[in-house]
Amino acid sequence: MFDLNVIAQELAAYIKKQNADYLEAHLEESQTSNLSYRGKNLEQVGKSNSAGGNVRAMVKGGWGFVSFNRFDHLKEKVGQAIEQARFVGKETSQLAEIPTIVDAVIPKIKEDPTAIPLSEKKRLLDEYNETIWETKGIQTSNVGYGDSHKKSVFINSQGSFISQERADSVMRAIAIAAKDGDVQQSGISVGSRDDYSPMRKFHGEIKQLARKSVEMLSAPTIKGGPYTVVLDPILSGVFVHEAFGHLSESDFVYENQQLRELMTLGKTFGRPILNIVDSAAIPGLRGSFKYDDEGTLSVKNYLIKDGKLVGRLHSRETAAKMGEKPSGNARAINYRFAPIVRMTNTYIEPRDIKFEEMIADIKEGVYCKNWYGGTTSMEMFTFSSGETYMIRNGKIAEMVRPVMLSGNVFTTLMSIDAIGNDLDMNQGGGCGKGGQSPLPVSNGSPHIRIQNCLVGGK
Amino acid sequence: MEEILARAKKYVQEAEVYTTSTVETPVHFETNRLKNIQSKQSTSVALRVIKNGRIGYATSSQIENIDELIENAVATAEFGAKAEFEFSTRQRFSPVEIYDPAVSKVSLETMTKLGEQIISAVIKHSPDVLCEGSIDKMVGEITIANTRGGRAHFRKSIFGMGIEGQRVRGTDMLFIGDNTSSCHPVLDAGVIIKTIIEQLELAKNPATINSKKMPVIFTPEGVTSALVMPLMSAFNGKNVLEGASPIGKKSGEQVFDKQLTVNDDPTIPFRPGSQPCDDEGVPCQKHSFIEEGVVTGFLYDLQTAAKAKTKSTGNGNRGGGSMPSPSWHAFVLESGQTSFVEMVRDIKEGLVVEQLMGAGQGNFLGGDFSGNVLLGYKIENGQIVGRVKDTMVSGNIYQLLKNITAIGSDSKWVGGSLSTPSLCFHDVSVSSR
Repeated sequence: MFDLNVIAQELAAYIKKQNADYLEAHLEESQTSNLSYRGKNLEQVGKSNSAGGNVRAMVKGGWGFVSFNRFDHLKEKVGQAIEQARFVGKETSQLAEIPTIVDAVIPKIKEDPTAIPLSEKKRLLDEYNETIWETKGIQTSNVGYGDSHKKSVFINSQGSFISQERADSVMRAIAIAAKDGDVQQSGISVGSRDDYSPMRKFHGEIKQLARKSVEMLSAPTIKGGPYTVVLDPILSGVFVHEAFGHLSESDFVYENQQLRELMTLGKTFGRPILNIVDSAAIPGLRGSFKYDDEGTLSVKNYLIKDGKLVGRLHSRETAAKMGEKPSGNARAINYRFAPIVRMTNTYIEPRDIKFEEMIADIKEGVYCKNWYGGTTSMEMFTFSSGETYMIRNGKIAEMVRPVMLSGNVFTTLMSIDAIGNDLDMNQGGGCGKGGQSPLPVSNGSPHIRIQNCLVGGK
Repeated sequence: MEEILARAKKYVQEAEVYTTSTVETPVHFETNRLKNIQSKQSTSVALRVIKNGRIGYATSSQIENIDELIENAVATAEFGAKAEFEFSTRQRFSPVEIYDPAVSKVSLETMTKLGEQIISAVIKHSPDVLCEGSIDKMVGEITIANTRGGRAHFRKSIFGMGIEGQRVRGTDMLFIGDNTSSCHPVLDAGVIIKTIIEQLELAKNPATINSKKMPVIFTPEGVTSALVMPLMSAFNGKNVLEGASPIGKKSGEQVFDKQLTVNDDPTIPFRPGSQPCDDEGVPCQKHSFIEEGVVTGFLYDLQTAAKAKTKSTGNGNRGGGSMPSPSWHAFVLESGQTSFVEMVRDIKEGLVVEQLMGAGQGNFLGGDFSGNVLLGYKIENGQIVGRVKDTMVSGNIYQLLKNITAIGSDSKWVGGSLSTPSLCFHDVSVSSR
């Protein structure tokens, strides 16, 4: 019906000749499929195709943006974006220099999820759902799977022409247990990039979560207040994403003098054991890519090293305005949105403490596993565990109901006093910002210990 | 559309086509000035089929791509859920006014001016606040047609404005803001300016609060961010059918405080949540779901209603390209008699919650909520004395809503399709450092 490369080539020649400080275009096509169960019944099976694109223009520091899913009259759309940018622009356009790149990135897809027949995906979900229902006390279940295969072409007025492709799979399973009007749930959310095969390996975990949801019904609620808290790799991954990752997105910072002072490079944010990294350049994770949506090559970025702030996440505009290097973090969830500064794969680097050592000297504390959600206002964060236990006299003790942890980002980062040796990445995450959700990201960490962390409760 | 139906009919017994076409123009402000203007043109087509008693579903952004659409829908029908319903045959609907041609005619200059008006008023009051937000106009068109003769078509316009302000002092951050929307152009920024300046005034002084149970007032935004989500999902017919709703078996029972009445009202003229029919062509009506504390019904789409052996309430809505599923059009919690000032006056030591962060993360099916107070004020001896921070509020909505101390007379639309007054409870768990 249409060939993105052909359309892009024509457009590439046209945008070079326009009267704007900068122009870029994204063209995209994708196929997705999804299946979901509610309770014992299959609820929805669907397939979708989507294609579309956008043009973004910069004139005197102002941006214009037009998105569409019809590929006709593209020159008019370029004109409209320039006109909008001109209406806005009253300053000077600033974009950090990046090399012009012409590249076609062919992904190494091990097992393409879109090539797997629906019948096979359904069989797998049947198995997972049955696993949940084998557990006594289950009220209902919620199991869903989705995949997408996306091809995109990026061009800009500097002559870059980049085509990229990726295949994503995500799966979530939630077991819901109920008794006497009380409802508890436990779930997992997993994902994979360019490979369907990891999706087949969750039978054991799903069996566990079904049991956990039933067990939670008889678990007591914790008394709220500050505790010594130990987080598992999944939850501390959410913590590093929410509590620090968003703060290092420089679109929050670059034009805000107070925040710039707060986020001065070299400032101490944690103890010397703390290293935090964001890197799209690690292959095969859900936040991985070779080039971001402004055509900037991805690199490994240290955000915190030895407890000190050493870097942040940039688009070309924020990098230029802060006089720093572009980091390759301009991303959009799809062609309907303009790229904004986002995380990719964010993690705390492992140290050398074993889990047993970490909890050994805790008299009364809380061990939080798995995640339910999280959000941040930059200064304050909240995130919630999926599974929680008391720690008593250096040992994991009774299960309690899942808790919400909350606190001040700055004091909490300083309060991380132990970092484990068991880094694990969670691939099931989707991040939301500026109305763009869910963006594929991954988060990870080893086990960490936080002193004096506020736990919500009765 | 007719062509898709005719061609699909060769492969399947029944088919339904749903198309949308929207143009949205947000004018966006960052750091107190105009930053970008966007134009988003979007079309989509969804085909739902019934083949051998099973449902198939496919969507596409390319409306001319009929073969692939039909092929995908037919392919999924092989595994699809059993169809327990029949498509609607309705062709006529009571009119609901939701389209004002004036919306698309509002100029970029006017939209820009509105944003600049708000921002200049805010920074005149507090020069160290940085504002971000957008003024947005949208026009959308929806058509529905099925092989049983059902036909629906309507246009909707939405004009919205929302501004958030941020003030940073050292590591202390304050977030304030307000938004409004209508199917008419909103050309007066006065209400938003007034709300934001009130918030800045109330948050002027810091206050500390003790950890204990105390009276808490949730403002309309506070009610929305803390209490409404679990309530909405408890009335979802799907959750009821599965036994996952704590009130699923309590229809006709007094579950909530006698003062509490909640409706879904998609018939209010020129509200963004209103429409003549739902997304599967079933007429929309005002329904009451809580009447003086008694549970009076649940939300249904066609398929869920058929399974539950009842009728669709006209709440089959589609979100994000999905099949229709029960959801609220316009959640209206009816206002009471007590003014906000009276509520505050009666409290010796308590808390006002404007924004609770992260409340939806807990086990909301069970009605538990727990969140961090993003914007909230301490009450001492009947007066708001300042802003609290690093404070968590938690509880269970079923326990709270059983015993409401006062319902405000200050109803307000929050986020376009939800209207609620302030609610006051005498005994809510507050923990602070």
